Amino acid sequence: MTDLVVKSCGPMTTLQDRGRLGYQRFGVSPSGAMDRRALAMANVLVGNPPDTGAIEFMNLGGAFTAEGGDLRVALAGAGCSLSVDGTAAAPQTSVLLKEGQSLEVGHARSGTFAYLAVAGGLAVEPQLGSLSFHLRSRLGGLNGTPLKAGDRLPCRAGAEGGEPMQLALSLPEETGPIRVMLGPQDDYFTPETIRLLQESEFTISSQADRMGFQLTGPRLEHAKGFNIVSDGIVDGHIQVPGSGQPIVLMRDRQTAGGYPKIATVISADLGRFAQLRPGTAVRFKAVGRDEAVAAARQLKDWIAALPGSLTPVRFNLTTEHLLSRNLIGGMVNGLAPAASDQAS
Amino acid sequence: MTAPRILPCGDSALTVEFGQTIDPAINGMVLALDDIIRARAPAGLIETVPTYRSITVQFDPVATDYDALIGFLNDAARDIAPREAVGRRWRVPVVYGGEYGSDLEEVAEIHGLTPHQVIEIHSSAVYRIYLIGFLPGFTYLGGLDKRIATSRRLHPRAKIPSGTIMIGGEQAGIAPMDMPSGWHNLGRTPVRTYAPERDPAFLFAAGDELVFEPIDASRWEALEKAALAGEPVAEEVRP
Repeated sequence: MTDLVVKSCGPMTTLQDRGRLGYQRFGVSPSGAMDRRALAMANVLVGNPPDTGAIEFMNLGGAFTAEGGDLRVALAGAGCSLSVDGTAAAPQTSVLLKEGQSLEVGHARSGTFAYLAVAGGLAVEPQLGSLSFHLRSRLGGLNGTPLKAGDRLPCRAGAEGGEPMQLALSLPEETGPIRVMLGPQDDYFTPETIRLLQESEFTISSQADRMGFQLTGPRLEHAKGFNIVSDGIVDGHIQVPGSGQPIVLMRDRQTAGGYPKIATVISADLGRFAQLRPGTAVRFKAVGRDEAVAAARQLKDWIAALPGSLTPVRFNLTTEHLLSRNLIGGMVNGLAPAASDQAS
Repeated sequence: MTAPRILPCGDSALTVEFGQTIDPAINGMVLALDDIIRARAPAGLIETVPTYRSITVQFDPVATDYDALIGFLNDAARDIAPREAVGRRWRVPVVYGGEYGSDLEEVAEIHGLTPHQVIEIHSSAVYRIYLIGFLPGFTYLGGLDKRIATSRRLHPRAKIPSGTIMIGGEQAGIAPMDMPSGWHNLGRTPVRTYAPERDPAFLFAAGDELVFEPIDASRWEALEKAALAGEPVAEEVRP
């Protein structure tokens, strides 16, 4: 059995998949990957179904090694570098981590959440049907904890994967306002407040984690108080506590809560929103159900198209590979670093 | 009865709201609708989350015929009768006071009662489980006698132990694990409302009833040991 061994990592490096569904009635937060688009990309690159459990990095990277065999891995999401024994991998490409080699994931230079997937997935026992780690309930991950130095993640058979692949599709470049649907408690706010929500600029505060993103901006006034009897919460709910400063509830949210929710981020825009770093300005735009569902369908189609956009890496320009293929003659210094080694 | 309101929660969920207050009749309709939705499982349904006064329905926006779902919910909710309290009533053993319930004396003092009277009042009520939420297995109870209703502590505690029997305002609760809390601790039960390695992992469900049975500290160790070995310790009793 091959293990992916953690040599070092940031404090909120966790295992995440699609999330823990079906237990919210017992108070269990679904959790799951903050950016499902990026989780899907990393998984598809190594031949996995898009929602397979992977390592989620939050801002900080980490160092790993393979023990007991070779591992095919891929990274996607926030702009992190990936290197094997100091050689940088091209972006959107799966790489082979040979037994004993060192894999380094750099810190996020853009965005916040990155995903490292292993071919075949991790052989970690799911809890309540999911690998997803949830901090407050200490569910998921390895024994209910985030990853730390010394942890060994057992990998399934076939983890060495096939040929290195690259993805032609990249994360959709969207820059417009984050789309929301008004409700469920928009009637707790005046029309003026609803207008403010859509016409103002908000800033992601430093209090942004897997549970929720606190925003700063104009005060959103309540029309009839802010105490409601707790009701159900979903991903993307924008709740407004007494301070008037909204909080967007993210994957590790509670199952029920007691502040009025003015609007809900549409499912297709939640991954993009999750990648906004503290200090970033954000605007919201209210849309109707038809537009939100069309966007959800578009995202589903995009994920479904990922495997079809895979191509083998034809020129794996490592010196080792070039020499093994005997592609170069005596006039070229075959030991010089190849162009791709210096890129990214 | 007026028709429930259907409130949008983005493209992937909606909330069916039967009222705005904590009321057994409203909660009974929530649970009755929950039964119907789960039995029929309309296409695209992911899960339902019943709370005090409403039920949140989560679904796949692409796989769901939204208009059909709304039609189904309206039809189901139109003539709904509140679900009678389900057959399950649980008896939960509690050691009150001392190191098990550090706020018992203070709560007694606030209400001009003796600690013994507080125990008497707390353990003679029949509670209704309105909601399992906040944390896995956290049990929100209605039915606290108003004579011991106590507003929350000014200074919440960062950590109270698993099994703490507590009251906050007119609510009562059971802590499923070590957790932060601003409620008052009256006692502690060896019962694990949630134990991931036990089958079933969750003992109670919304709509169940619950009574507390005062026990001596001398019985704590044996019951705690049984609970750690996977025994429910809570007993199902006849209403």
